[in-house]
Amino acid sequence: MALLEIRDVVKTFGDFTAVNHVSLSVEAGEFFTLLGPSGCGKTTLLRMLAGFEQPNAGQILLDGKDMSQVPPEKRPVHTVFQSYALFPHMTVAQNIAFPLQMAGVAKADIPARVDEVLEDVRLQQFAKRLPHELSGGQRQRVAIARALVNRPRLLLLDEPLSALDAKLREEMQLELINLQKEVGITFVYVTHDQGEALALSHRIAVMNKGEVAQLDAPETIYSYPKNRFVADFIGQCNLLDAKVAEVGGSRMKLEIPGVGLCEALPVEGAQVGQSGTLTLRPEKIRLAAAVTHDADEVHFKGKVHDCLYLGDVTIYIVELENGTLVETMLPNSAPGRARFFDDNDAVELAWRFDAGHFLLG
Amino acid sequence: MRNLSSRLSRWLISGPPLLYLLIFFAAPTLIMVFAAFRIPGDYGGLLPLLQTDDAGKTEVLINAGNWHDFITFENFGRFFEDSIYAELFLKSFWYAGITTLICIVLAYPLAWLIARSNKKTRDLLVLLVILPFWSNFLIRVYAWMIILGPQSYFSVALNHLLALVGIEPVSLLFSQFAVIIGLVYVHLPFMVLPLYANLEKHDMALLDAAQDLGANAWQRFWRITWPLSLPGVWAGTALVFIPALGMFAIPDLLGGTNSIMIGNLIKQQFLDSRDWPFGSVLSIMLTLSVLLMAAIAGWAGRSKKERA
Repeated sequence: MALLEIRDVVKTFGDFTAVNHVSLSVEAGEFFTLLGPSGCGKTTLLRMLAGFEQPNAGQILLDGKDMSQVPPEKRPVHTVFQSYALFPHMTVAQNIAFPLQMAGVAKADIPARVDEVLEDVRLQQFAKRLPHELSGGQRQRVAIARALVNRPRLLLLDEPLSALDAKLREEMQLELINLQKEVGITFVYVTHDQGEALALSHRIAVMNKGEVAQLDAPETIYSYPKNRFVADFIGQCNLLDAKVAEVGGSRMKLEIPGVGLCEALPVEGAQVGQSGTLTLRPEKIRLAAAVTHDADEVHFKGKVHDCLYLGDVTIYIVELENGTLVETMLPNSAPGRARFFDDNDAVELAWRFDAGHFLLG
Repeated sequence: MRNLSSRLSRWLISGPPLLYLLIFFAAPTLIMVFAAFRIPGDYGGLLPLLQTDDAGKTEVLINAGNWHDFITFENFGRFFEDSIYAELFLKSFWYAGITTLICIVLAYPLAWLIARSNKKTRDLLVLLVILPFWSNFLIRVYAWMIILGPQSYFSVALNHLLALVGIEPVSLLFSQFAVIIGLVYVHLPFMVLPLYANLEKHDMALLDAAQDLGANAWQRFWRITWPLSLPGVWAGTALVFIPALGMFAIPDLLGGTNSIMIGNLIKQQFLDSRDWPFGSVLSIMLTLSVLLMAAIAGWAGRSKKERA
């Protein structure tokens, strides 16, 4: 039995449907992420898990128990808030002791448990500080320690890293992964940052307009997006309009209008003449003045439309013969090399037939 | 150079209010301190130290030999000799204290309600809180005399109710009860406004967090809202307790013979008994006791913080 089961949950605010028939389940020990743009319903879903909002329909079960009648303070679920919400009049140690006191833990046992969790987040020497005397990253760790100390069944994290700068965020991501492994508590993480979701999660539910657009492991979501929304939202992705030209066998043929035929992995239920979108990650496309390619590779001509120098890589936007723009990238790893092509250079593109992923419709 | 000009502009800005305080607060206080050691004049005021005769010649009456005919510690002695003054002080502290307490209890929910309302309702409610200031203080107290008077609907209805359960009719006016009602009524806005200003700034996410971490409604109030509102409570307490302590108009109008406060006694000394020195002594003792209380409160607050 799954630790958390969300069954057909609906939440509306007036005419607005924030969460629309969402069903999913989270296993014990999992690092589960709800990912989506703002307004997709991920935070509403999280607030329903915490108990701050009640679903209009559907059920939320924790350990098989229906949560609808359980108020937030009675749920074995703790939240790390986006603003941290540390109690400003309490020291770090007092903040962390708070949930223990509320749970009626014996007074004598509290200091040891506070110390233990302070050690987990490496803040032992800050126990006596007040929240305003800490840096952003330290406050973040206090918020996590406070939510973890009473060992909830479920830890909810609401965009916990969004207030930190990029460098610190990466550091905290690694810390979160290690902490989750160490304590073994199930995390439900909400973010709009796809990179964060990919880096942290065991599984991701990509949400759009109150619905789950795709629920899969990060690799699957990235490589095999189920629909245009997911392909577009997760990372950079080329979306090429194409038509099914030939089916049957271990490969199918697609026609990209004005460019030519290309091979791709077959898609179940594809019929000749159906149109759809070929999704192709920039890093899966090879780029050269003249590419040598084998039978497994698709090969097209184009010209450089734009370049973007990013330091470690340079992005080249290549215009295909039908005017479609395709994003590709070359690493700048060779010494002294930073720019291989200039605007309007004639180039050739190639990608393996299984690099892309064809979406019907 | 820049430093000098910034210092100069600072003095220019703070100069006028400082001067005002010096002339109208510091100097009169000093005069009062000196007056406390003087002897009352034959017809009120103070026994003069100088005398000007008809020819316009001024003569200094006080000298090294006769100074104790003009300067005395007896006024302070009188204060400590008779326990009636200490009792009156205690009673006044009791009135001011109970008034402050009732104001906190009444103002807190109101301030909370205002702070949690939407912008439009909030402005309206704040306006209602300060509305009484638009009419004269004495008129408002006289209104209470009518409300509490024996002929008022309120008194009549109350005494009817009491008669039903077999209790003798009571007279509301000219009693301790009336004084406390008056004190609370007049000072309530001074508690509501600082409390509202404090509660309005509270971060609601803290209450969500407390609830999420297992705190019920009472625990959320007592562990989060109340301690964070203490600066507002203290500000309101200072604004209510100190003026209430020195109040004389309300006990004069609403109180009976046994519900006078220090303020009445001071007023009596200056206006009726014409004993300025003893009135000064009472004023000084009042100021000192307030300062002492503030010091104790400050010390208690600090040591509590250190213990934490």
